[in-house]
Amino acid sequence: MEEIGGYKKLYRKIVITTLCFAMIPLLVVGFGMHMGFSGVYKARVVEDLRSMAENRRNAIDLFLEERLSQLTTLVYTQSFDQLKDEEHLNRVFTLLQMRSKSYMDVGIIDRDGNHVAYIGPYRLKGINYSNEEWFHETMLRGFCISDVFTGFRNIPHFIIAIMKREGDQSWILRVTIDTDIFEGMVKAAQTGQKGDAFLVNRLNVLQTTPRFGGQLLSKVDYPVFEKFSGTVVEERDLGGEKALVGLAWLKNKEWLLVVKEGSLESMAPLLQTRYFAIELVAGGVLVMVIGSLLIARAMVRQLVKTDREKALLDAGLMQSSKMAALGKLAAGIAHEVNNPLAIIKEKVGWMHDLLSEEDIAKSENFVEFDDAIQKIDYHVDRAKKVTHRLLGFARRMEPIREQVDLNRLISETLAFLENEAHYRSIEIKTEFYDDLPTTVSDSSQLQQVFLNILNNAIDAVNKSGEITIKTGFTAGERELYASISDNGPGIPKELMGKIFDPFFSTKEYGMGTGLGLAISYSIIEKLGGRINVFSDAGKGATFTICLPLINDKTI
Amino acid sequence: MNPAKPKLLIIDDEPDFLETIVKRLLKRQIDATGVDSGKEALRVLQEQSFDVVILDVRMPGMDGIETLKEIKKRSPLTEVIMLTGHGSIKSGIKGMELGAFDYVIKPADFEELFEKVNQAAERKMLHEERVRKA
Repeated sequence: MEEIGGYKKLYRKIVITTLCFAMIPLLVVGFGMHMGFSGVYKARVVEDLRSMAENRRNAIDLFLEERLSQLTTLVYTQSFDQLKDEEHLNRVFTLLQMRSKSYMDVGIIDRDGNHVAYIGPYRLKGINYSNEEWFHETMLRGFCISDVFTGFRNIPHFIIAIMKREGDQSWILRVTIDTDIFEGMVKAAQTGQKGDAFLVNRLNVLQTTPRFGGQLLSKVDYPVFEKFSGTVVEERDLGGEKALVGLAWLKNKEWLLVVKEGSLESMAPLLQTRYFAIELVAGGVLVMVIGSLLIARAMVRQLVKTDREKALLDAGLMQSSKMAALGKLAAGIAHEVNNPLAIIKEKVGWMHDLLSEEDIAKSENFVEFDDAIQKIDYHVDRAKKVTHRLLGFARRMEPIREQVDLNRLISETLAFLENEAHYRSIEIKTEFYDDLPTTVSDSSQLQQVFLNILNNAIDAVNKSGEITIKTGFTAGERELYASISDNGPGIPKELMGKIFDPFFSTKEYGMGTGLGLAISYSIIEKLGGRINVFSDAGKGATFTICLPLINDKTI
Repeated sequence: MNPAKPKLLIIDDEPDFLETIVKRLLKRQIDATGVDSGKEALRVLQEQSFDVVILDVRMPGMDGIETLKEIKKRSPLTEVIMLTGHGSIKSGIKGMELGAFDYVIKPADFEELFEKVNQAAERKMLHEERVRKA
């Protein structure tokens, strides 16, 4: 992973970019969905509350209306004298109670406010109500539903009173409503653990007992609500707590129904989904982060690999073109040198021809002439060998398929290096397999590889050492092999994996390109073979080249 | 033609080489003529006929391959031995395709060259016989 160092910036960029592009939609969608859902949910809750408040309000209104209507019917079907009679009144009361258990008592009051007849649990007969507010309102309006009050019985209650005009007389029929039953109706609007429902009058005095905080007939710490029609649902800070309230004014009495929902409670499911969504998003983000890290790493790795391959290819190409250029140069030089050599050879030959017929055989200089001529000829031949070898090397630049005799090829290659090895006192031993079969391959490229490995071996040994070359043939695998062993210092274990890397060199800067083994490796690979290296540190190294045995007699 | 005494034409742009080789051949009683260009060679060929031609491949002006083509056109039975300083296989093969007898790389061993000349002369004679019989 060291090579990734150079790509750190790119790696970071890829990670950040993929994360941004992946996360932004996720967050937007998550947030958007949550917003949408919570909006819908809230609307639902509000709607439910409104429905509930409205239903209850309607029920309470209906209740009051029923009472009024019953009492009105009663008042218009009975006369004052009839009802004054308590026995009759009792019968009437029983009848009333059959319709509704909410009647607590009944009383007849004359126009002066005297309680003339009474059926009920309290001692109210004979009390005068002329100072009571409800009395005045009933006389004025014809009927009255009172607010809750304690009254003469010292128990909170509310009454419904209807006035009847009989001739020049008027009298009032009054009933008390059972607050428990009435409260039960109101309380039916309570929901859940924290829900509350109660009635307040215009002055915010509680008309029913709320579930939490507040006593009947005490004032609630609420803002004063203006009368409005319909049902309103609001979120208000009431009594130090944020709550959702449904408010509806009764039609038959100026009472406000307050249905309160614990905001937190009703929103609990919403919060749950919110946490759930957050967990999901967090999970998604985690997956994304891991994913983008992995992707970035894989991409950078691939880039590194591609770069290396390209570097190797470039190196190979560069080497090929160098070799081609070198080949041309060599050919040019060889030709320029061969011409003068040819002339020298002819001239010397001519001298030899002349000498053989001249009668200077007796001359004492003859021996010298003869010797000199022979020596010149010999050295011309020596120079010729060099140029011919150079031409031989230069000739083989194009990749070809030809019959290759491995033993001969290696011997020819060794000829190039004989001098160098000899100069450095390095002994080169060959153990060639007799009658090694020929194979089809590219001899110039193979020669390049052998040259490279032999040069490396010579450099490794440096002075006074041994290089052994073996060739052989594995019938089973249909392969030829050539191994080159030296007794130099060997290759340390940690470098074994790197020696075939392009630009890897253990030589000093400027000595060698680090390309030799890399190119050799790729050449052998392309020829269908492989190079192996074995080294015992301190005891030298052996390079083995295996080539497929191709038996193509058409080439 | 006398196979023991073939008529030789040497074509080479290098004057010292040309001069010396002609001299050596003459010493061995070989009828040898030297010219220094392809153009000159064709001119001479118009006037005389030769048995074997020794031809340098790399020459300025009309190069060896061109000259070879022309010689084979005008006098197909004349055998040509190519001489080359850089021994490129390509020109060697090309020459052989065009009908050259052989090629030799400079600096050439005189005896080796001489041997090839004799072989070429022999072949020419054989071809002439066949033509005559046909």
